[in-house]
Amino acid sequence: MVTEYTTINEIAGPLVLLNNVKHATYEELVEVELPNGEQRRGKVLEVDHDKVLIQLFEGTRGVDVKETRVRFLGKGLELSVSPDILGRIFNGLGTPIDDGPKIIPEKRLDINGIPINPYARVYPEEFIQTGISAIDGLNTLVRGQKLPIFSGFGLPHSELAAQIARQATVPGSESSFAIVFAAMGITFEEANYFIRDFQETGAMERVVLFINLANDPTVERIATPRAALTAAEYLAFERGMHVLVIMTDMTNYCEALREVSVARKEIPGRRGYPGYLYTDLATIYERAGLLKGEKEGEVLEGSITQIPILSMPDDDKTHPIPDLTGYITEGQIILDRNLHHKSIYPPIDVLPSLSRLRDKGIGEGRTREDHSEVANQLFSSYAKSKEVEELAVVLGEAALTETDKAFMAFGKSFEAKFVKQALDENRTIEETLGIGWELLKSIPKTEIKRIKDEYIEKYLPGEE
Amino acid sequence: MGAGKIVKVAGPLIVAEGIGDARMFEVAKVSENELIGEIIELHGDQAYIQVYEDTSGLGPGEKVVTTGQSLSIDLGPGLLQSIYDGIQRPLNTIYEKVGHYITKGVNVPGLDGEKKWEFKPEEGLKEGEEIEAGDFLGKVQETKLIVHRIMVPPDIKKGKLKKVPEKGSYTIKDVIAEIETEDGIKEVRMVQNWPVRTPRPIKRKLVPDKPLVTGQRVIDSLFPLAKGGTATIPGPFGAGKTVVQHQLAKWSNADIIVYIGCGERGNEMTDVLQEFPELIDPASGQPLMDRTVLIANTSNMPVAAREASVYTGITIAEYFRDMGYSVAVLADSTSRWAEAMREMSGRLEEMPGEEGYPAYLPSRIADFYERAGRTICLGSDGRKGSLSVVGAVSPPGGDLSDPVVQATLKVVKVFWALEDQLAFERHFPAIGWLSSYSLYHNNLTDYFRDEIDKDWEKLRTAVMSLLQKESELKELVRLVGLDSLSGNDRMVLETSKSIREDFLHQSAFDPEDEYTKLSKQYRMLKAIMNLHMLCEKAIEKNIPLEKLLELPVRQKIARMRHIKEDKLEEFDVIDREMNSQIEEHSANSMFSDG
Repeated sequence: MVTEYTTINEIAGPLVLLNNVKHATYEELVEVELPNGEQRRGKVLEVDHDKVLIQLFEGTRGVDVKETRVRFLGKGLELSVSPDILGRIFNGLGTPIDDGPKIIPEKRLDINGIPINPYARVYPEEFIQTGISAIDGLNTLVRGQKLPIFSGFGLPHSELAAQIARQATVPGSESSFAIVFAAMGITFEEANYFIRDFQETGAMERVVLFINLANDPTVERIATPRAALTAAEYLAFERGMHVLVIMTDMTNYCEALREVSVARKEIPGRRGYPGYLYTDLATIYERAGLLKGEKEGEVLEGSITQIPILSMPDDDKTHPIPDLTGYITEGQIILDRNLHHKSIYPPIDVLPSLSRLRDKGIGEGRTREDHSEVANQLFSSYAKSKEVEELAVVLGEAALTETDKAFMAFGKSFEAKFVKQALDENRTIEETLGIGWELLKSIPKTEIKRIKDEYIEKYLPGEE
Repeated sequence: MGAGKIVKVAGPLIVAEGIGDARMFEVAKVSENELIGEIIELHGDQAYIQVYEDTSGLGPGEKVVTTGQSLSIDLGPGLLQSIYDGIQRPLNTIYEKVGHYITKGVNVPGLDGEKKWEFKPEEGLKEGEEIEAGDFLGKVQETKLIVHRIMVPPDIKKGKLKKVPEKGSYTIKDVIAEIETEDGIKEVRMVQNWPVRTPRPIKRKLVPDKPLVTGQRVIDSLFPLAKGGTATIPGPFGAGKTVVQHQLAKWSNADIIVYIGCGERGNEMTDVLQEFPELIDPASGQPLMDRTVLIANTSNMPVAAREASVYTGITIAEYFRDMGYSVAVLADSTSRWAEAMREMSGRLEEMPGEEGYPAYLPSRIADFYERAGRTICLGSDGRKGSLSVVGAVSPPGGDLSDPVVQATLKVVKVFWALEDQLAFERHFPAIGWLSSYSLYHNNLTDYFRDEIDKDWEKLRTAVMSLLQKESELKELVRLVGLDSLSGNDRMVLETSKSIREDFLHQSAFDPEDEYTKLSKQYRMLKAIMNLHMLCEKAIEKNIPLEKLLELPVRQKIARMRHIKEDKLEEFDVIDREMNSQIEEHSANSMFSDG
């Protein structure tokens, strides 16, 4: 039974307070009918006796206290799913906005999802080759991982994410990734970049898009990643597909969350973001991974790999959004403005970047036996080159020892040859490791401390 | 027990009216689904309840029933090898019952009540014998590694044994003994029930005097933790907190490990779950899982249960300590626990303290760490147990002025400071040697002197002052360049580099390197310092520095981490080689001088 109320008492920001309500429940979906007949949706944030606080996804413009009618639907916000969602474009709430036919739902799923039992997970360790050396070689992505890109305004994170989406494969497996794309508060042009890229590469038929643009309702963004992940979970764990989820830009999502929090007059945490930001982000990021199969030791077909993109305000990694994200995700890829200025694409600063799942995803049988040690050597040598560079700024290059100079040269060619690559350059892992070894030639052999002698003999290219 | 109705729902907090006899911290069952909650505030007839499960779909009018009990857990055989959520629900049972996702209102007991355990009574127990809380009644071989002692529960203070326990197989619910007390006859079962927020009683505390050996060189040699001590590892993300915690869980020489994954990543807990049953305890040859209890309340699981998870973990640890074991609790991360407190505090509309945390944050943290210690346990045999606590802290941006870090530093005695600069260089464990400290050196001097070597303390101080000197010299080099340093100072830089790279740096992923015994740690440090002293003397004899830097023995020192634990005599070879190689140079230089 659906009851209708016209008892709106207060409207503030995206929030509406309703009186004299019977039987409303927490997180329940509501439908609001404006005096002009327009329909909007919202959800219950708080129930106190007969007072109900509602957040309207599409904002409160035009809502009045007299005539607007509110209906409680007795369920949470749901997404209709079926295999037909592939190739379609939805708005931030999961309603189709392309010209395609209506989705005939196979089922309707609550977009909030249910927490995965850690006992039901399988540890991700299957190497994904993105074709990008700075990622594959040093900060390896594995299937089922959540690896965000920390970026800043004006940096080419969209290009990088699109390149990953285009090139990602698991060597030895034919199936390509299905892509779920969630856009939150980005511009039309940014969103269009992705859509065009998917269309040009013929990927569109395995892509699902959820689009909330910068001029779309802010609060709708709170639902967007959840709708997208619900679609991803359906495709992955019920349809056995390997899904890559790209969410951009998480900073806009968090700002929407803050907007609601402030409107509710909650006690703010750091920088005005709500105290539950960590928990809230975790309910998004943790919806990734692999699950156990029917029998002991089996893996359920399908996986969710997440690449959230977030722009760090003022390039500050300690800002609450990147900070809390880094504590939840399994690493981070950090883009650096200086490298970008040096025209190095992708401008990945490998030192603070990290993939926590790398060590179990690489090595013999997955990539190559020497991978881990080469990566560690490249890291420490590049770190050393940065140290030397600093020294050179103070003392001048003349004061450097021969070894120091070798490291400095190494650092430069590392950026120019290893990190830098073309937008459409798809390197195999062998090529990536090959470049790494080629670069290591330039530093004294005694300084190669992180690699076993047998690998040095086997892989270090000789002088020509 | 009383019944009331929900009047308000705000996230994990609900308010119920009409429960007449509600008490603080009493457990309540909410709605038809019987979601578990705990009363955290009372205002007249209104009870504020934090609910340990997802509250969506709840609304006013639904019923709330109080249980008359505080949030408590079952303690008895079956704890080991378990993986629990924050309120002791076994995650494997939940998985078998409802599948991949943790749905609402799953009700499963913490211990298997049906399983039969082989029970052997304690020898020499007689009917009518005086018996007191903590006395052993018998034992159960719970895993190959661990004997589970069945004790008289703490609430039976004193009495006479009426029914003597007998050998046989019992479930945890069977009565195994009866004790006649002043208040009548009490039945004793293998399971005890204990409220998690109340520390389990002990006779008294003792000063810790033995190290918790972890096999991690930077920890054992430079910043040791004592058995019964407390430590904290704060660090920004990516600095390796979790890897250090995992290493401690794997290799520390505690008898029992309780690992609390509090608001952390799901995959990390999966990693532990998949890895630990395969890892073999170096001391006993049994799987490490045999001595481990896991509490996993990952970040996406309900926030209130996260708050409870650290209490659940430490209560289990105390129970094993009561048996006389040395127990280590590894809590990763206490920041998530503090944040859960903050979230609930915010929902209660309390006045916030620093950074929005509740004003009682420091006292809650202090209470938690004070449950650690080396103790004389309950029981007439005066046995000793210890409970060590290591808490990771995740301060925002790695900023140590964070209220959780500050409140923790006030109470813990060991501080392992993770530095992200070290992590960038992939120097792991990224524990900074200049900012970390341990206040247990004095307690442990005797142990190291007697068990390892009489000059351990001297060696350690020499190493520390060398590292201190290095940082001063590096400042200098930055201003004036390396060339202007004296030979001795250059040597200090070389040796401290060797300490850093050949000793402090330790790979958690290399089977030969991930664990180092104390005796080997000593020999490694000693070798580095011996070479340093020899070189200093050689410099006095005007042997050119370059020659000393090229000594072939340096190669051997760089590889000494790979020397097997049972082949420590190889260090004698290194010692001899460094002596002879330096001799050679001094002979040469005398010759050329002449």
